[in-house]
Amino acid sequence: MAGSVNDTITPPRWLLAELTYSCPLQCPYCANPINFASIRNELSTEDWLRVLTEARAMGAVQLGFSGGEPLTRQDLPVLVKHARELGYFSNLITSGYGMTEAKIVELKEAGLDHIQVSIQSPEKTLNDELAGTESYEHKKEVARLVKRHGYPMVLCVVIHRKNIHQMRDILDMASDLGADYLELANTQYYGWAHLNRDQLLPTKEQFEEAEAIAQAYKEKVKGKMKIYYVVPDFYENRPKACMNGWGTTFLTIAPDGTALPCHSARELPGLLCPNVKDLSVHDIWHHSDAFNYFRGFEWMKEPCRSCPEKAKDFGGCHCQAYLLTGDMHNADPACSLSPDRQRVYEAIFSARYDSESADAKPLVFRNPKNSKVLAS
Amino acid sequence: MNLPDDLHESVKMALDPSKTLNFSPMLRLQWEETQQKHVILYPEGMVELNVPSTEILKLCDGSHNAEEILVELESKFNQPGLRNDIFGFLEVAIENGWVS
Repeated sequence: MAGSVNDTITPPRWLLAELTYSCPLQCPYCANPINFASIRNELSTEDWLRVLTEARAMGAVQLGFSGGEPLTRQDLPVLVKHARELGYFSNLITSGYGMTEAKIVELKEAGLDHIQVSIQSPEKTLNDELAGTESYEHKKEVARLVKRHGYPMVLCVVIHRKNIHQMRDILDMASDLGADYLELANTQYYGWAHLNRDQLLPTKEQFEEAEAIAQAYKEKVKGKMKIYYVVPDFYENRPKACMNGWGTTFLTIAPDGTALPCHSARELPGLLCPNVKDLSVHDIWHHSDAFNYFRGFEWMKEPCRSCPEKAKDFGGCHCQAYLLTGDMHNADPACSLSPDRQRVYEAIFSARYDSESADAKPLVFRNPKNSKVLAS
Repeated sequence: MNLPDDLHESVKMALDPSKTLNFSPMLRLQWEETQQKHVILYPEGMVELNVPSTEILKLCDGSHNAEEILVELESKFNQPGLRNDIFGFLEVAIENGWVS
């Protein structure tokens, strides 16, 4: 498959720089790999500066600094400054934990364009329980400071069965904090979220009720706060056009320098993802097997191969196909045409069973200790 | 004038032609060499602009109102009758928060 579509490759537009897997929080829906604690050798400052330069030269323009918690990297202001000089629009994706007013000012002066703060719940007890850390009041304070210092403020709330009933309060909280954008991200079931799916996946009724509330609110705050609603694809009939098409738009660099076509792709077996320590970003994007693997339509099996919608959704998400069917070449079972659609129904049934069960399973928190146990 | 695709849902807001217009300090308008076009950058998103849209937005600089933008661009492109196109785009730009 590699090399067959090289002449149609579009340049990356989005670079997600996962600076570190270190995080003071322990959210059980984290998209980081389960074995993050065994992945070491974080890239050096010099490596990151080079990666930013190379990706920008190819056309990347949106840059996300993520993690883990990117604030744990002491060189963040240096990277932000370099990004600004190169002309990136840079986004800091943070839990807010460890953020100070002095840091907010320092990053602004370095050229950071926006800060996205995540809050787990509008209720202190649940926020702190999900984060695995007492952080609620501090997060709200950070959100206010971000706003006060002239950044566009994006509030991100990941939605799942533990907080979906709080939708109205979530919206009011975002409005009270003066968020310019609110991202309501229904949990995507990869990494730790996949592990905790039975405890996190809401019922269809819960989804529909929450979505109706959010849509109505969208009208109410039009012109003041933009609401991004990340749809829950387990209750859809067609899969998401994952990453806007593999290797077309998005490039993720993991903390150790592994280059990924999507941030979950290191879960895929046999996909040998290249590393920026060995190859230039240009060579990775154009010539690596991993980035060429799902480009075009040659890799497709039925029913995708002959599907008239294949150019719209590209067969959906390969990570989801792998996690639900064991084969990343299969159609994403989020599609009702998938012969493995039953896997989605089983997941929904299993989660409902857990929610109604007297001895429901506990959440497994994302921390180095659990990572080591699970990976061994 | 071709407007970007994601504007279909927009409800146009009233435009006051005498009010001075400013491009939002929260966004960035910049030339992208690899795309050979101007873009508006905002948190986690981008809108690609065509030449006329760019010319209008560049004049939302805190010293022009809609009437003045109209006069300047009709003169620059030596083309009368642009009022509907330019005012229409400005209404959309205001609605999207690009201009206030």
